[in-house]
Amino acid sequence: MALLNLHLKVWRQTGNQPGHFQDIEAPEIPDHASFLEMMDIVNERLIRAGQDPVAFDHDCREGICGMCSMTINGMAHGPERGTTTCQLHMRKFRTGDTIWVEPFRARAFPVVKDLMVDRSAFDRIMKAGGYVSVRTGSAPEANEIPIGKDVADAAMDAAACIGCGACVASCKNASAMLYVSAKVGQLNTLPQGHAEKDRRTLAMVRQMDAEGFGNCTNQYECEAACPKEISVRWIAKLNRDYAVASVKEVVGAGRQQSQSGD
Amino acid sequence: MKLDSKIPSGPMAEKWSRHKQDSKLINPKNKRKYSIIVVGSGLAGAAAAASLSELGYKVKCFCFQDSPRRAHSIAAQGGINAAKNYQNDGDSVHRLFYDTVKGGDFRAREANVHRLAEVSVNIIDQCVAQGVPFAREYGGGLANRSFGGAQVSRTFYARGQTGQQLLLGAYSALSKEIARGGVEMHTRTEMLDLVVADGETKGIITRNLVTGKVEAHAADTVLLCTGGYGNVFFLSTNAMGCNVTATWRAHRRGATFANPCYTQIHPTCIPVSGDYQSKLTLMSESLRNDGRVWVPKKAEDCGKLASQIPEADRDYFLERKYPSFGNLAPRDISSRAAKECCDEGRGVGPGGRGVYLDFSEAINEFSEKVIKERYGNLFDMYERITGESAYKQPMRIYPAVHYTMGGLWVDYNLMSNLSGLHVLGEANFSDHGANRLGASALMQGLADGYFVIPTTVANYLVTQKPGAVTTEHPAFKQALEDANGRISQLLGVKGKRTVDSFHRELGLLVWDKCGMGRSRAGLEEALRRIPEIRAEFWENVVVPGSGSVANPELEKAGRVADFMEFAELLCRDALDREESCGGHFREEHQFPDGEAKRDDENFCYVSAYEYSGDLSKPILHKEPLTFEEVHLTVRSYK
Repeated sequence: MALLNLHLKVWRQTGNQPGHFQDIEAPEIPDHASFLEMMDIVNERLIRAGQDPVAFDHDCREGICGMCSMTINGMAHGPERGTTTCQLHMRKFRTGDTIWVEPFRARAFPVVKDLMVDRSAFDRIMKAGGYVSVRTGSAPEANEIPIGKDVADAAMDAAACIGCGACVASCKNASAMLYVSAKVGQLNTLPQGHAEKDRRTLAMVRQMDAEGFGNCTNQYECEAACPKEISVRWIAKLNRDYAVASVKEVVGAGRQQSQSGD
Repeated sequence: MKLDSKIPSGPMAEKWSRHKQDSKLINPKNKRKYSIIVVGSGLAGAAAAASLSELGYKVKCFCFQDSPRRAHSIAAQGGINAAKNYQNDGDSVHRLFYDTVKGGDFRAREANVHRLAEVSVNIIDQCVAQGVPFAREYGGGLANRSFGGAQVSRTFYARGQTGQQLLLGAYSALSKEIARGGVEMHTRTEMLDLVVADGETKGIITRNLVTGKVEAHAADTVLLCTGGYGNVFFLSTNAMGCNVTATWRAHRRGATFANPCYTQIHPTCIPVSGDYQSKLTLMSESLRNDGRVWVPKKAEDCGKLASQIPEADRDYFLERKYPSFGNLAPRDISSRAAKECCDEGRGVGPGGRGVYLDFSEAINEFSEKVIKERYGNLFDMYERITGESAYKQPMRIYPAVHYTMGGLWVDYNLMSNLSGLHVLGEANFSDHGANRLGASALMQGLADGYFVIPTTVANYLVTQKPGAVTTEHPAFKQALEDANGRISQLLGVKGKRTVDSFHRELGLLVWDKCGMGRSRAGLEEALRRIPEIRAEFWENVVVPGSGSVANPELEKAGRVADFMEFAELLCRDALDREESCGGHFREEHQFPDGEAKRDDENFCYVSAYEYSGDLSKPILHKEPLTFEEVHLTVRSYK
């Protein structure tokens, strides 16, 4: 096992106060350590030196909870494809490297402290329609709804999203289209989600806009940054579903008017 | 104190139906008057919060993560059991019930386990209706795989991320209820204490992890769905934030803690690689469907590459010792077998603490593509962490702490001895006995949340006048004062050692003395050392910053302080239980071939500890276990 000597430039910020980069030396970091374990070592040293440790979000440390959120050398979750910050290991760096560590930046993700950001906008988008309205206890026998393997596999591809927000952080417009399209796409693909398809699509897209996420301009940075490698084809599907739902909404509203008005 | 399990009368297969018939009802209009606090948003918590809100109760749900979707249930990989018998391989509710009781080494409560097996089928229906993308066959039906401790295929799965998909299903139901106004969600909020007013559980004290504000919340009943205590060992497969604080604080307020010594060591985890390590990563048990576990027959071969060791010199020890279950022997048994090999000097990898999990035969039989489709994400994860490809060489694995069967004592209604306190999922003790079978944790969390508590909570609520106690009650004032006092105390020590250094020291000690093998001498030593470490913690810990802002070190300090107290109860229970059963292996109690030697004559009971005010003198209460359906036998997987 080799030891690395690293120079860190870490974003420090308290709430909505202006932030700044702090230079932190990180000598003798084991190359087997994960990026977050490197941050643990740095923090232990800061605490022992009487300084304020760096606040960052993390929990499962196995790439599934979606809590960790660092922009490393300008890339959301760092340079490894299909990898969260917690699964990035120091053997991917060289001794002497300077590493820039920042939070996931977006207007809709305000900084809480240092590298921690507030991603509750994602929860509010889910609240707008990210579900099938089925009451506990009212479900039919599971195998009464046959779903082809290809359909189930496609839904699973979308469902792999861990809601980390790397797609937003990597996008120059801070667009949440990849996230929203994965969430909408999973349920719109499955027969269980069909009854509420149009309502869901419109409500989630509108909530996304209300949260201050930017528009998608088809740069596909999101797909490259996504630790679960969610495909941008879900964005294309969302655009189709949205167009259909919008037309139906206008036509439906017109029909309702013509039925009730005289 | 008398522990009344409130098990319904009648034949085993009818108990739950009868209980549902006999349970109290609250009419829809009156349900709206009752408020319920749910702590935790994992499978048990999210399922309970959503289902109770659908019924009309006013629910407040709390989680320490930034979103309810991140609770640690999300990390479960392999699957969820259900007695659907879609494979036509002879499965039934009774067989799932039997396997679970036997898997728990006859230390679980039969009636609870039977109920779990009964509702397992409803769980799958519910999750499918929510849009959980379970694996399917080409015909459109649901697919199954096998898991440890069973000879049928009854495990439903969604690639290697079943926990995430089930949790997202529960989270979507929760989101629906938040939108409807039935659930008030509090994220980044941690429970610090339980409030008991005039003998009834009426609320909690929380700290907002962003603003630091300490607050009181009152309700008509409280549900703890706060998971297990595996992080007492420091290194485990648990998430970093998993902690014992909610259940330990409830224990200190009067709830009995049951069977703390039943801890699960999972056989297939990536081995420890250095002292900087913060957590261990599980490689799903489902891998043992296709992977073969082995070590070299001769210790001198351990340094060689796996490919240089000929077939004849390999010891496939699980297949050799347990031919009928082979590589799918239950977790406790597989873990101990791996440890034995390493103790004999036949372990592989750095430090000799590892065994091989080899896929070469499966890759030859089915092709690399098929194996990739089945386990691709796990192989990728293994490569990221170790830098090695399991397609080219065998994985190296070693047992690690994974799950805790012990927890707060509950009756058949999932209510603690502390009136008004309900405990669900891993946080309670009830369904897994001394060892949990794979793919059963997800089942229990969802069973408790979706199907049990919505029925049983009414039995308590009808005895209460809604809103009778508010945060103005002196008990809330006192609990607020206690919580604030603890925070000031932690910040005030201003010592020299970090929280992590204490946690690591405690964890290593507990792993060493109360891990896979436990002995009287070791446990007695641990019980000497733990109070010393605890004393040093309170004299020499350093917690930087203040309590009035986001301060992750302060959060950790509070949790570690509670682990310091809990660890003593864990070791005391392990010392007291003079038998080996399931995950609790006392070296003094084994058969000549090394198998666990249970003592049904003297230990066929649940150990439930009451807090006496003195950590070294918990009061032991015994709930005898009686078996009507399953005969107590030596648990054999040979």
